[in-house]
This record gives sequence, C-alpha cells and structure tokens, in this order.
Amino acid sequence: MNHSHKWLAGLSAGTLLFLYGPIVIILVFSFNDSKIAAVWEGGTLFWYKQLAENHSLWLATSNSLIVGGVSTLVSLGLGIGAAVVLERVRVLGQPLLEGILLLPLVIPEVMLGVALLLFFVMIDWPLGLGTVIIGHCVFNLPLVIMVIRARLHRIDPVWEAAARDLGATPWQAFVHVTFPLLRPAILGAGLMAFTLSLDDFVVTFFTTGPGATTLPLQVFSMMRTGITPEINALSAILVSVSMLLIGVSLACQRK
Amino acid sequence: MMSSFLLRHSTALLLPTLFFLGVFFCIPLLLMLGVSIATRGLYGGIEWTLTFENYLRLADPLYWNIYGRSLLLAGATAVVSLLAGFPLAYVIARSSQKVQTILLLLVMIPFWTNFLVRTYAWIFLLRTEGLLNSLLIHLGLIDVPFDLLYNNSAVFIGLVYGYMPFMILPLYVAIERISPSLEEAALDLYANSWSVFWHVIMPLAKPGIVAGFVLVFIPSVGAFITPHLLGGGQSMMLGTLIQHEFLVVRDWPFGSAISFLLMSLVLLVGIPLFRGKKIFGES
Repeated sequence: MNHSHKWLAGLSAGTLLFLYGPIVIILVFSFNDSKIAAVWEGGTLFWYKQLAENHSLWLATSNSLIVGGVSTLVSLGLGIGAAVVLERVRVLGQPLLEGILLLPLVIPEVMLGVALLLFFVMIDWPLGLGTVIIGHCVFNLPLVIMVIRARLHRIDPVWEAAARDLGATPWQAFVHVTFPLLRPAILGAGLMAFTLSLDDFVVTFFTTGPGATTLPLQVFSMMRTGITPEINALSAILVSVSMLLIGVSLACQRK
Repeated sequence: MMSSFLLRHSTALLLPTLFFLGVFFCIPLLLMLGVSIATRGLYGGIEWTLTFENYLRLADPLYWNIYGRSLLLAGATAVVSLLAGFPLAYVIARSSQKVQTILLLLVMIPFWTNFLVRTYAWIFLLRTEGLLNSLLIHLGLIDVPFDLLYNNSAVFIGLVYGYMPFMILPLYVAIERISPSLEEAALDLYANSWSVFWHVIMPLAKPGIVAGFVLVFIPSVGAFITPHLLGGGQSMMLGTLIQHEFLVVRDWPFGSAISFLLMSLVLLVGIPLFRGKKIFGES
C-alpha cells in the first residue's frame, strides 16, 4: 500500500512537472544574457528593458487592456441580470436558451472566429478594436453567466424571502441580501473574463483589423520574425499576469 | 415573492443578452450555414447560387488524411491525458482538504494561462536550435540536431500539454466520490493494489473518465493554435484547414462546409455529456 502510494506520488509529480516545466523554462530563459535563446550565458534584465522601449508593444498593451476591460464590463453588465433570471425563474424556451448559451463555449474557437469574420465582412462592418471587443463578448458573456449561476445556485432563496417578510422591497432584498452574497462570484467571473480576453488569440486573430493588435497577436508576429529572448520576456510577463489574475479569480469563486 | 418581481422584469433582464448573442452569435452561424451552400465567386467572393457541392467536396480523398490526423491525434491526446492524469487525479482526491485546494489550483492555473505562450514554450524547446537539441549537442550525445518540430508528434505533445487539465478535473470529481472504505474493504479481502484499481476504482470512476475523454477530445479535434504553430504545413488538422480555406485559398463556401463538419463532430461527441448536466459548473 505504502509502496504503491510512493509510486503514485512519483507519477503525479511527473505530470505536474510536465505542466509547469516548459513555463518555468521560458521564465528562466527570459533572463538569459545571450541572443541565441537556448544557451545559458548568465542573468540579465536586458530583454525586459528592450521590451519597455518597444513602442508597438505599448500600443498592443493598451489595446489588450481596452478589449479586456470593455468586454468584461459589457459581459458583466448583460450577464448578471440574465444569470439571475435564468437561475430563479423558469422562462419560456429555456432549453433553447441554455443551448445558445452553451454553444459559444463548446464550438471550436476557430469556427467562432471565421463565423464572426464572415459576418462582419458581409455587412461591411470595418474590422478593428470594435469587432475584437464584440468577438470577446461572445465567449465572455456565456462564461460570466455560467460562473454567476453556479454561485446563485448555492444561495438559498430563503434569505431573500426573509428580507421580503421583514418589509424589504424586492429591489432592496436583492441589493442588500443577494448581491453581497453574489459579489465574490461577480468579481471572480469578471477577473476570469478579463484573463480570457487578455489571453485570447484565435477569435482576435480573425476579427482584428488595422491598428488593432493585441498582446497575443504581438507575440505571434514577433514569433514569425524569429525566436528571440525578447519573446521569452514578454511571455513571462503575460504568463505571470494571467496566473495572478486567475489565482485571485478562483479564490473569489471558492468563497 | 422574489419571483413575482423577477417575472415582471425577467424580459428586460434577459433581452439584452438574447439580443447580443442573437445578433453576434446566432446570425453569424446562420450566415455561415447559408454560405456553405453558396458558390465561390471568381475572385474569392460569394455568389448566391445554391449548391451542395461544398458538402460533396468534403468526401474528396484529398482531405482524408487531415480528417484521419485530427481524429487520431485528438483520440491519442485523450488517451494519454487519461493515463498521465489518472495518478494525479487520484492523489488529489485522496489528499487532505488543504492539499486538495492547492493541487487543484496548480492543475487549473496553467489551463487559464495564455495558450499561445504555452505553445510557444514548446517551440522554444523543440525547434532545431531549441533547448533540447542544444542540450543534446552540448552533452555530446548527438552531432546533428533532430527535427523535432513541425510534425505530428510535436502537435500531439502540444495538445496533451494544452488540454490535460480538462481530463484531471472530472477524474478528480469522480474519484473523490468513491469512498476510501471501499478500497480498504477490497484490501481486507486480499485484493492487491492493482485489482483494487481495476475492479473498484475504475468502474466507479467511469463517468469521470467518459467526461474527461469528451472534454479533451472536443478542443483537441478542433484545435487551431497547436497545429498551426507546432505542425506547420506538414501536420494540418481540421482547425488549420478551415483557416487555410478562409484566409489563404479564400474559398469561404468550402471553409464554411468544413466548419459545419467539425461542429457536427463536436456536437455528436459532446451532446450526450452536455445534456446530462453542465460540466463547467463545478468551478
């Protein structure tokens, strides 16, 4: 028994190593003082300085923040109300609705990307930040609704009923009772949507237009011109930021 | 009480979401369905001469190896994720509450980090001047670097790396529900570790195995970034074929037809699972 447990622990450690090894290597080599990316020549912050002086990178960063921020706010704005209704009321055509909400998360991203591209081109909607934001909302909105519903599902409607019995209006009951209980989930969903948007490559790739380069697109175009330690540095920053955001998000949802 | 208020406002609360997804999700998909039965114009545009030609072309043997590769790589990714993920899922399920939380976070975090960057990591490791080749040459084990990138194996590694967390989470959920006392009982009755695993854990963990298989298979079979970056032109999959038809060949009707082939495949595999219960809900 003990023997087999050691064996299991070893295999598990191997799997975790597989999941984290490549990320750690990228991080380590972002500090490598060599133009040839794969040989260790000592530590430096040169590549990070190089990044800071890259003007187009700052533009991509601000684009990414705009896309992430707007698509998160829109998804939360539309999604919170929808989640409450879907979880608390049986609405007409609910199964169809559930299907439409699940589908964007299930169909391959590349299909979502080309469908949106097709749509925007055919209605002559100019491609740019606007179309990227819309594309991100299409996958963020269902995600936000799902996360908030999961939390609502665990909040007993009895609390709200009690508030109503004590004379609160339905609105007061929601704002003072349900909403505070829901707040961690809303924060968690928002952070998750923001991270997803910050990291998205596929939908962005198909819906972007002139001047609307985001960070993942920037990484992609850097990769095409050649593998340099600069890409490692940028990758290291992106990975650290999303790990931080998603860690906080998961912690929020657990509460 | 609550619901009377909600009932009155439910339309107003739901309508914006419905409108948004209707316009920017349902209509694009329906438009694509229309384009898939249209004809390609002379210069890559679309002519509305209705035809099923695009769907008939799907049967062209030219594309068989792409279908075969997509199915095989996605299947192999699911199987290997199962084999590599099971021990970890089991260890997580049998850990103390505190360790469980930490390990689950460790499994989930890579999944939520930048997919492009995680794929780039494998380019950094596997390319001709990459870390692995440099290391092997430095150690004097080889003189000429291996061609590790731009082939099926590279895509396969990238897919396992990208989607394994999807296997571990449902496995963990299933195993955690199996009472450890069942294992103890089997051991008391002189079963060895292997037969406990095979006759007790495996049958009871089956729902998790099926769910994990589907959850890994679906994104793998429709993957775009992984085959695009690690496979190059040599290892095309359905996702890269769609992109190729849309952006390179500019045959939108045929690209749309392939998209619906892929979607049917995904729904065919996924619907039995999704109909059961929402699966992402456990987060």
